[in-house]
Amino acid sequence: MMASDEPTAEISCTVNGQPVRAHVPVRQSLVDFVRHGLGLTGSHVGCEHGVCGACHAVVDGRVVRGCLMLAVQVDGRTVTTIETDQPTAQMRALQDAFFERAALQCGFCTPGMILQASELLTRTAAPTRAEIRDALSGNYCRCTGYHAIVDAVETAAARLRDKAAA
Amino acid sequence: MKPPRFDYLRPQTLAEALELLDRHGGDAAILAGGQSLMPMLNLRVAQPAVLIDINAVPELDRIGRSGDRLSLGGRARHNDVFRSAEVAQAAPLLTVALEHVAHEAIRNRGTLGGSLALADPAAELPACMVCLDAEIVAASVKGERRIPAGAFFQGLYTTTLEPNEILARVDVPAAGTDWRFGFDEVARRRGDFAMAGVAVAVREESKAVAECRISLLGVEMSPRRMEAVEMCLLDAPLGTAANIVAAQSALRDTLEPIEGSEIPPEYRIQIARELLARVIRAMAAPVSGKRTH
Ligand SMILES: Cc1cc2nc3c(=O)[nH]c(=O)nc-3n(C[C@H](O)[C@H](O)[C@H](O)COP(=O)(O)OP(=O)(O)OC[C@H]3O[C@@H](n4cnc5c(N)ncnc54)[C@H](O)[C@@H]3O)c2cc1C
Ligand code: FES
Ligand code: FES
Repeated sequence: MMASDEPTAEISCTVNGQPVRAHVPVRQSLVDFVRHGLGLTGSHVGCEHGVCGACHAVVDGRVVRGCLMLAVQVDGRTVTTIETDQPTAQMRALQDAFFERAALQCGFCTPGMILQASELLTRTAAPTRAEIRDALSGNYCRCTGYHAIVDAVETAAARLRDKAAA
Repeated sequence: MKPPRFDYLRPQTLAEALELLDRHGGDAAILAGGQSLMPMLNLRVAQPAVLIDINAVPELDRIGRSGDRLSLGGRARHNDVFRSAEVAQAAPLLTVALEHVAHEAIRNRGTLGGSLALADPAAELPACMVCLDAEIVAASVKGERRIPAGAFFQGLYTTTLEPNEILARVDVPAAGTDWRFGFDEVARRRGDFAMAGVAVAVREESKAVAECRISLLGVEMSPRRMEAVEMCLLDAPLGTAANIVAAQSALRDTLEPIEGSEIPPEYRIQIARELLARVIRAMAAPVSGKRTH
């Protein structure tokens, strides 16, 4: 329930290709908005102060911390979450590679990892392991460890390169 | 946690933003990238009554060079500065240092002005601006004011910005080919705030150091020029063993490290001394390849 004197705002934006209009408390974070307002629970809430990367979403093509951006700030913008039914080639290749390499256990960190790694692969077709680790330095995984995750990103990158060359 | 309540304002022009800031002053906080302010709100260590979101203000993120000056807008995002070819050419120190600032997603939102206005002692950009002898341009309803970076940082999280001022841009002297820069830091993990870091700029004339500027991050409460250390490097080729030893010892005598944190002051000094030597040696004998660590 929202208190009647809670400051709110009307926003309209595009989320995963769909137009969305909503009435949000101005202090609501983007990640709380997509989870509670839209039922998109793929972006997770870990620390709520920017250190873990579980809350990642893509706003106008850039990965952001969903806990450090306000819902009211995506007014007029385009938001993509892990649930999108139009994933990029990078996202798809990463999802397959994560699955095959078992680069997840509980999966809490995985959506954030995939979105961040996808941004890397869009920019850098052949990242080194060090570059992969750098790009994912802001994404915590508390159970799988990072080795398998780096492997999966490497595999996805190699497959995307093969596909581009074919 | 969730942030406390606030009113949210999103001005569409700089004039409107300055007007609102002038009206709300100390009750308001500017929301730029939100990568420091939002954590402070969520942890409830900050409780401003009003947020003035400057993300819709046009032009504030402009990066451009005119003549011998590189201008960086107050809302220039870390990653845009990091990946700017103009910055890499005119102020390569920033490009190298930004690799150490936080993580990709945070650099996608975090801004230069936010970092300088916050003045975290462990932040890279304040120390770099001191090292580059940059000028900070503050705007208010009354007009603009230029502040040399060396006079801007006043202490822990403290600057000379007034509550009614917005950090509008930073003017950095574009480096000539006779300038060389070096930067390195030690952090527990890539992208974490540094335990100590060193920024060095030198200008050489006939193979001797003619001008030198050094500043540190993560060691003292706020960045300043290390003049006593700079003196040790003048009028000689860069990186002689004797000068490095002299500079390291001057550094020890000069530093007033942060006390009372979990990192012992003596340890910070030790890292700073080692980094100073490393950075100078790397500048004297540059190796090809981007990263050596
Ligand atoms: C996990 C994590 C790791 C980080 N690691 C690092 C790191 O290693 N190094 C580093 O330097 N930083 C680091 N940061 C901080 C990051 O760089 C921030 O982006 C930056 O410090 C603040 O910029 P911002 O635009 O996000 O400012 P905001 O959070 O929006 O604002 C910060 C403060 O500055 C004020 N302000 C903002 N813009 C202006 C302006 N134009 N004029 C006047 N006042 C203004 C605000 O009112 C507020 O008080 C990290 C952050 C996180 C969450
Ligand atoms: S919940 Fe956003 S970074 Fe942890
Ligand atoms: S798989 Fe559990 S946190 Fe990464």
